[in-house]
Amino acid sequence: MFNVQDIRKDFPILSRKVNGKPLVYFDNAATSQTPQQVIDAIVDYYSNYNANIHRGVHTLSQEATDLYEQARLKIQAHFNAKFSHEIILTSGTTHSINLVANGFSSLLKKGDDIIVSALEHHSNIVPWQMLCERTGATLKVIPMNEEGELVMSAFDDLISENTKLVFVNHISNALGTINPIEYIIEKAHEVGAAVLIDGAQACPHIKPDVQALDVDFYVVSAHKMCGPTGVGMLYGKEAWLNKLPPYQGGGEMIAEVTFEKTTYADLPHKFEAGTPNIAGGIVFGAAIDYMNTIGFDAIAAYENDLLEYATKKLLTIDGLKIYGTSKNKTSVISFNLEHIHPYDVGTILDKLGIAVRTGHHCAQPIMDFYCIPGTVRASFSFYNTKEEIDALVEGVKKAKMMLS
Amino acid sequence: MTIKDIQNEIIDEFSMFDDWEERYQYMIDLGKDLPLINEQYKTDSNIIKGCQSKVWVHAEMKDDKIAFTADSDAIITKGIIAILIRSFSNQHPKDIIDANTDFIDKIGLKEHLSPTRANGLVSMVKQLKMYAIAYQTQLN
Repeated sequence: MFNVQDIRKDFPILSRKVNGKPLVYFDNAATSQTPQQVIDAIVDYYSNYNANIHRGVHTLSQEATDLYEQARLKIQAHFNAKFSHEIILTSGTTHSINLVANGFSSLLKKGDDIIVSALEHHSNIVPWQMLCERTGATLKVIPMNEEGELVMSAFDDLISENTKLVFVNHISNALGTINPIEYIIEKAHEVGAAVLIDGAQACPHIKPDVQALDVDFYVVSAHKMCGPTGVGMLYGKEAWLNKLPPYQGGGEMIAEVTFEKTTYADLPHKFEAGTPNIAGGIVFGAAIDYMNTIGFDAIAAYENDLLEYATKKLLTIDGLKIYGTSKNKTSVISFNLEHIHPYDVGTILDKLGIAVRTGHHCAQPIMDFYCIPGTVRASFSFYNTKEEIDALVEGVKKAKMMLS
Repeated sequence: MTIKDIQNEIIDEFSMFDDWEERYQYMIDLGKDLPLINEQYKTDSNIIKGCQSKVWVHAEMKDDKIAFTADSDAIITKGIIAILIRSFSNQHPKDIIDANTDFIDKIGLKEHLSPTRANGLVSMVKQLKMYAIAYQTQLN
């Protein structure tokens, strides 16, 4: 049974005060908070198993290796990848995207097209721009509409035999829109293009099935789903991962080295050069366990309820405008008060102990579309409450009064 | 008045307030009274980098003293720049170069001094001092 008060007890940080007020944490889309079970897993690793993995003959090293590889299996099971070697552990979403972008630089040529969406985070724009500069390929953009949804008829016009790659986020970080990735993947595959889905914002809310989606690459960060920072996943179909060259050279990723020639290790080690974030990988597994114990259906239902409640309450404030009004969205509300800068609102909310994000959310093209400098973004998680939303609404009213 | 005198005056004014709300309200009011920059100087090259909000600053030398004008699209940021400009404006470049900004801490706005703070108070101070260094070089 989903009981938010019980769940909150798992998160020690939720009982702290900020500026003398109880913390209201609504910056979950930037990073999620960490439950005690995950913190314990970090302590347990360093207290009992800390050793380098994959190369030691001693017991500690073998135990640490086992834990790390068990975590990979948990991640594989969670995202339903066909093989565990299709799960590459990276430092996070940005690293995962760069790894793929780098790999494609030897596969693209002038005249090829890459399609991204207008809703992308900068980390899913810049690597592809760099890739286009290197290869002479052309970057094309699926436009968005006023509701913050991708215009699919425009996508149909953009896609052609020249399209080699399509990159779209599963859910927009700035607006919360859930994109029709099933349609995008199907269309892209019809012309033989590969698809990378940035799942950083989706992984805290839904449980993607990479095989059912038939997606070529899917990338996430652990810290968005109750895990630690500095670790993430690149899922890639075996055939694609075998086709891509290694990203970084170093230990772990080799089979044999002489000064004449090096042969690379098999998947997944080919892409995991150097000592990995061992604790991070293991604890990523613990975070997945934690979230599955709560259950993604329960999480989605509860968060939708919070979203509906907050939307209704915030819209009672005169002059408040919500950006991103798709019917198909997650628990993210991006908004502004008329004639008031989002930075000012965020500063007053912080004084009240309420953590929100302000600015362009690393998605400047979206802000340019709406002709605004940025927004205030409140993003809700399954451990937030309606009482906290009431505090936000009161805080926004106070900010409006002080700043008008 | 010297920069130190003005800063002490500002400390006195802020000491009347009991809580953050009153302090912020006063800062916002100071922002509203900021000597506004002439529109022609609100150019991209006059924007101070490192601010989440936009801040434009213009400096002019009159009788060996620097007069600053500024604007921002965020009102709290405007209040902070107003406080800074009040203490630095109509002063000799050398005094501006030598001045410190410890008074910001004393008026209860310490959180804005953090280098990671998105409003870029640190960048603002740096920019005002850069103007002072440039004018000082002209005087030498």
